[in-house]
Amino acid sequence: MPSLTDARAGATAIAPMLLGVVPFGLVAGAAPVAEGFDGWAAVGLSTLVFAGASQLAIVDVLSDSGSAVVAILAALTINLRMVLYSASLAPYLGHESTGRCLGAAYLLNDQVYALSVPRWAADDRAEGRLAFYMGAAVLLWVGWVAATIAGVVLGAAVPDSVPLDFAVPLVFLVLLVPVIVDRPSTVAAVTGGLVAVVAAEAGAGPLSMIVGAVAGIAAGTTVDARRREPASP
Amino acid sequence: MSRIWPAILISGAGTYAMRASFLAFAHRIVTVPPAVARILRQIPPAALAAIILPALVRPDGHLDLLQPRLLAGILAAIVAWRTRNVGLTLVVGIGVVAGVHWL
Repeated sequence: MPSLTDARAGATAIAPMLLGVVPFGLVAGAAPVAEGFDGWAAVGLSTLVFAGASQLAIVDVLSDSGSAVVAILAALTINLRMVLYSASLAPYLGHESTGRCLGAAYLLNDQVYALSVPRWAADDRAEGRLAFYMGAAVLLWVGWVAATIAGVVLGAAVPDSVPLDFAVPLVFLVLLVPVIVDRPSTVAAVTGGLVAVVAAEAGAGPLSMIVGAVAGIAAGTTVDARRREPASP
Repeated sequence: MSRIWPAILISGAGTYAMRASFLAFAHRIVTVPPAVARILRQIPPAALAAIILPALVRPDGHLDLLQPRLLAGILAAIVAWRTRNVGLTLVVGIGVVAGVHWL
């Protein structure tokens, strides 16, 4: 059965990422409790929102006596990148039913996205794509929710001196390296990173990641276009 | 305190809508114009770098190059590039930050 093989390949590919996701999940479980919310709120965040950085932003805003509206806007701004991921994945799944795509959408996240696209781009076989994605996504979801529950239970037992939050950018680093393959992708990454930092310094807050990403996409696409059609003098 | 549930439900619904935005119409996409495909190809490097670099150079919300996370990130990037190993990259990155903290 090819789909089972593909699902297993997805689970195998995501398994090492759990080393970075589990510590982040512990924080996502412990933080709401530390700010005075109950454990169900932490589990609700991890299952219904299922996006770590935005979950922490919601808790942060509400614990600083911010309004629910500000918390929602912060979370949705942080998660805007999901639109980019959705647009990037959709062309590969045209052969799948809408129901399956809508189910897959619920599990969409950074790690599964960054694993799936390079694999799908390198392999013309359409049938195994969603199975690979689901194998990776389901294992990640289980690990994320389990880590959240552990974080609720263990709470403050995680020492502050171990920088667990730093695990997240480190996992992204491992995902970034293989997608930098040529000059356009290098320009996209360098521009994306630098513009995100400049935007954050300018006070763009959670929007700075999107500003950086859009600038990087534009820069990479421009370099790519120039490479294809040498500009006339 | 109960304010968190409306925030969870609306953020969850909104995030799902963004996740489904293009996937819901995947079956209508027969072929992707090459120009669009070239734009989509730039999303992973640009988006990932836009998450990573701010975490390395402004961990406390302001630009600061003289702190362990930048050094840890550079060393972890070298490890990630040479080995593609998540565990090793995490050990090196977190180890450098924790090590500098304890020194």
